[in-house]
Amino acid sequence: MGEMRYREALNAALREELMRDDRVLLMGEDIGVFGGAFKVTDGLLEEFGEQRIRDTPISENTIVGIGVGAAMVGLRPVVELMTINFSLLAFDQIVNHAAHIHYMFGGQVSVPLVVRMPQGAGHQLGPTHSHCLEALFLHVPGLLVAVPSTAADAHGLLKTAIRDENPVIFIEHESLYGTRGEVPDDPEHLVDFGRARIAREGSDVTIVGISRMAITAERAAATLASEHGVSAEVIDPRTLRPLDLDSIITSVHKTNRCVTVEEGWPHSGVGANLAALITEQAFDDLDAPVLRVTGADIPMPYSKPLEDISYPHELQIVDAALKALNLAGADGARARP
Amino acid sequence: MSSLPEPDVAREWLQTMVLIRRFEERAGEMYARAKVGGFLHLSIGEEATIVGSARALRQSDYLISTYRSHGHAIVRGTPPENVMAELFGKVDGCSGGRGGSMHMFDLSRRFMGGYGIVGGNLPIAAGIGLACDYRGTDEVTLCTFGDGASNQGTFGETLNLAALWRLPVVFMVTNNQFGMGTSLRRHSAVTDLQRKGESLGVPGLRCDGMDVLDTHRVLGDAVQRVRQERRPVLVEAVTYRFRGHSMADPEQYRSKEEVAHWRERDPIPAFGDQLVHEGIIDEAQRAQIDTEAVQRVDDAVAFAEASPFPAPETLYDDVYVLDPLISGRYSTTTTPPPAPSHPSELDGSEEIPHQITTALAAGEDASAGDRAPAGEDAA
Repeated sequence: MGEMRYREALNAALREELMRDDRVLLMGEDIGVFGGAFKVTDGLLEEFGEQRIRDTPISENTIVGIGVGAAMVGLRPVVELMTINFSLLAFDQIVNHAAHIHYMFGGQVSVPLVVRMPQGAGHQLGPTHSHCLEALFLHVPGLLVAVPSTAADAHGLLKTAIRDENPVIFIEHESLYGTRGEVPDDPEHLVDFGRARIAREGSDVTIVGISRMAITAERAAATLASEHGVSAEVIDPRTLRPLDLDSIITSVHKTNRCVTVEEGWPHSGVGANLAALITEQAFDDLDAPVLRVTGADIPMPYSKPLEDISYPHELQIVDAALKALNLAGADGARARP
Repeated sequence: MSSLPEPDVAREWLQTMVLIRRFEERAGEMYARAKVGGFLHLSIGEEATIVGSARALRQSDYLISTYRSHGHAIVRGTPPENVMAELFGKVDGCSGGRGGSMHMFDLSRRFMGGYGIVGGNLPIAAGIGLACDYRGTDEVTLCTFGDGASNQGTFGETLNLAALWRLPVVFMVTNNQFGMGTSLRRHSAVTDLQRKGESLGVPGLRCDGMDVLDTHRVLGDAVQRVRQERRPVLVEAVTYRFRGHSMADPEQYRSKEEVAHWRERDPIPAFGDQLVHEGIIDEAQRAQIDTEAVQRVDDAVAFAEASPFPAPETLYDDVYVLDPLISGRYSTTTTPPPAPSHPSELDGSEEIPHQITTALAAGEDASAGDRAPAGEDAA
C-alpha cells in the first residue's frame, strides 16, 4: 500500500478485517454518516452498510457493554470512543465486565472486543479531551493495551487486536492521525502483541517511548547523537499488555541506563511501572536510576503556552538522557517545572 | 385469572419453585455456618417471578440476571450441585469458584450470568440481542434486573438503544419493592415501573410476580411479541423478597407487619393449593415434591462439601486467552504466592466475626465482611 497516513492505515485495517470476517462489526458515535470524528471510519458505511457500521447514541457505557455482550456470543465488535476521556464513562463495562468475564465465569466465554479511542494533548481541547490514560487500562488484568505510534503499527496491531480472543484497549493518538509512514501491502500484515519495535539502535542510554512519545524520543535521540555525541537506543513497546519486557531488559543490559517517556501523569504511570520492573529485574545492570519523563501532574490547561509545557517534548527527553549519563548539559533550569 | 398449563408442566413449575426455595434456605444456613463467603442474596419470595418468566423461554433463548441469581441458574437447568459448589468456592462450581454467589454462569444452558453491578447486565443483554439480530435467528434474550437498577444510566441508555436498533430483548424489572434498603417510593419518582420505558420507545406490561401463572402468561405474551416484532418490551413483575437484601441486612427499613402481609401471598403455597384444588396433585404428592427438593439440596450440599477447592496453581488461569506465539508478558508474574499458613483462612469456618453479627443485630452499620446468622424462617 506504500506510504499512507496513520488514520488511513487504521481505516485500511478495519476495511480488511470487515472483508475477511463477517463477524466483525463497528459501533460508535458518528462513525457512519459523519465518517468518524477523526475520519478513521470514513467510507466504511457506504461500503459495508448499516448492519455492520453502526452509528450509536451518545451512551459510552452502554455501547461498550453491547460490544461485550455481542462478543460473548461470538461476534467481533470494534467499538470507537471519541476520545479516551469519554472511556471513563464506560469504565464500568470495560473493567467490571470486558476485563473480568473470562475469569469470573471460569473461562466459559471470552470477550473478543476491541475498544478504539484517541488520546493526547496538543489541540487545545482542555482538561476533558486531552489526557493520556493508558496507565489506567494497563492497571487492569484481563485487558490488552495497544499504543501504536506509526502507520504500519496502527495497521498491523489493529488487525491483530480484532483477531485476538481477549478484550483489547486500542489507544490511538490525535496528533498522529495525519502522520505518514510506509505500510506493507499485505492483507495478512499482522504486528504481534508483546513484541517491541526497536526504533533506533544505540549503546549509551535506553529510551522507552509510549504512544506518540516514541516518535518524540526518536527525534530526541537524533539530537543526542548530533549535539551531544550520545548514542541512544529508542524502544517503542507498541503494546503495554502483553509487554515485551525482555527487549527492554536486553537493551538496559547493553546501555546500563534507561529513560521512560510518556504523556500521561507521573504517579502510577507507565514509566513508574517500567522503572519498577527494570529495577526488580535488571538492578545490577543499572548505572543510574531509571528516569521518567512524563506529562505534568495537572489537569490539562487550554491556553496554548501552558498546554505546550504540559506534555514532554524533545528537550526534556534530551535532558533526562544526559542526566542519566551524568553529563554536563543536563540543565534542570531548562526542564519544564 | 390465568389458566393452568398441562399437568406435567404445572407439576414441574411447582417442583422448580420448591427446589429454589429449599436451595435458598439451605444456602442461608450454609452462610451462617461460614461455608459460603462474601455476600449472599436470596430470592425467597420471588420464585414465581423466576419460574414463570424463565419458562416462557425456549432452550435456545438467553437469560441474563443479576447478583440474585441462584434461582435463575437452577431454573435454566444448572444442577443445584454446581450452584452450591460455586457458593462454597469449589472447583465444581458453575463458574469454577471464580464468581461466587453474585456471578453464576452456565453457557451450555444459555444462562448468561449473574452480575454484581446494578444495571450492568442491561447493555450485555442488548449485545446478545444484537448478535441474534445480526445472525438472523429468532432467539430472544430475557434480561432481569431489580427496581433499583431502573435508576441506573444503563437502563435509559440500553432501552433507548434497544428500541432504536429493534433488538429482541425482553427487559423484566423484578420489582421486589426495595433497592437494597430503600423502598420504591423513596428511590424512584415514577413508581409505575412498567411506564419507565415509554419515553424511550419501549412499551410496558405488568404481571403479578407472586403468581406463577400470571407471570408466565404476561412473559409469554412479551416473549412472543418480541420474537415476532423484533423490538424490546419492558415487563414489571411485582413481587417481594421475604428475606433481607443480603444475609447482612438487619431490615430496619420495613415493618414485620409488611413482611407478614406479603408472606400471606407466598407464591409456593398459593400455587400448591391451586394444583391440589384442581386435582393435579394430591397432598401426598405435594409433600413428596417437598421431600424430593430437600433431598436434592442435601445432595447439593454433600457434593459441594466433597468438591475440592481450586488448586493454588490455577490462580492465574483464564485471566487471558493465551496466545502461545506471544513472547511478551501478560502479567508481572504468574506464580501464585504460597498458601496461608493457617488452614482456617481457607475453610473460613472458625473466624466468624462475632462483632459484626452483633452489630447487625443491633442495627449498626457493618460495611465490611458482612455476615449474619440465618433468618428465623429457614424451613
